[in-house]
Amino acid sequence: MFHAILFYAFAAVLIGAALGVIFSKNPVHAVMFLVLAFFQSAVLWLLAEAEFLAIVLVLVYVGAVMVLFLFVVMMLDINVEQVRESFTRYLWLGLVIAGLMIIELVNLVWVKSQDVLGQTGFAATPEGYSNTKALGSVLYTEHVYAFEIAAVILLLAIVAAITLTMRRRPGLKQQNIAKQVSVDPKDRVRVVKMDAERAE
Amino acid sequence: MLSTIGLPHYLTISAILFTLSVAGIFINRRNLILLLMCIELMLLAVNFNFVAFSRYLGDETGQVFVFFILTVAAAEAAIGLAILVVLFRNRRSINVAELDSMKG
Repeated sequence: MFHAILFYAFAAVLIGAALGVIFSKNPVHAVMFLVLAFFQSAVLWLLAEAEFLAIVLVLVYVGAVMVLFLFVVMMLDINVEQVRESFTRYLWLGLVIAGLMIIELVNLVWVKSQDVLGQTGFAATPEGYSNTKALGSVLYTEHVYAFEIAAVILLLAIVAAITLTMRRRPGLKQQNIAKQVSVDPKDRVRVVKMDAERAE
Repeated sequence: MLSTIGLPHYLTISAILFTLSVAGIFINRRNLILLLMCIELMLLAVNFNFVAFSRYLGDETGQVFVFFILTVAAAEAAIGLAILVVLFRNRRSINVAELDSMKG
């Protein structure tokens, strides 16, 4: 019962946060609502005993990706009023489509597949079961090639992001390293031979 | 029925999140950065399905899949935001309606 109360409470905040993401006027607020949504999802995954993914969601997603979003949103100077102007035009279309989809999906889950899914809840995990251990033992044996491809995808993302955003400004003062290294002392220092002079 | 939390509850949450993000894509059609955020929300809904079915079937492969989806989503967000920054630098706007120079 306590589990159910927790689930419903966090699910309600999650849906509220998702509504906040799509309806908030300011993009910074939208990012903050998205962070809240990710936190609530992490708690719901904890309730489903997917502890490793819950922590990864908070650390990687909230800690890295959402902060990246926040940086970009604050860096770009977005004209909020101009963007808002089309808000009401597509509001009803969006809400009608969302309503139809939610009716169909809830019908599918709760009415059509009632006998398949059952109402018993999740089966209990065995004693001493560790989600992280189980995940690791599958990830590094059975799915090791996929894991390495994921690493290559991340490398690709680094290279792509850097090449896309790098630019050379004209008139920028910078060192020419090759020229500095290959310089000859004879070009720089002129040794002058002259007679010593008597002090006055 | 409602007091034991099982697979249907997680699927319902996932369905609600997914439809909200679809509605968000319709509503925020003009703002590219909100479109990207709605896509993140949509991926979260998909991940909910994977986690719930993985727990229901007692098979960790679903959670491994969530791991890879998170990786790809992080790469997608990084590249998408880089494109967005370059776009804003060139056009001073991220309004989708103004990006019509290719007359598509």
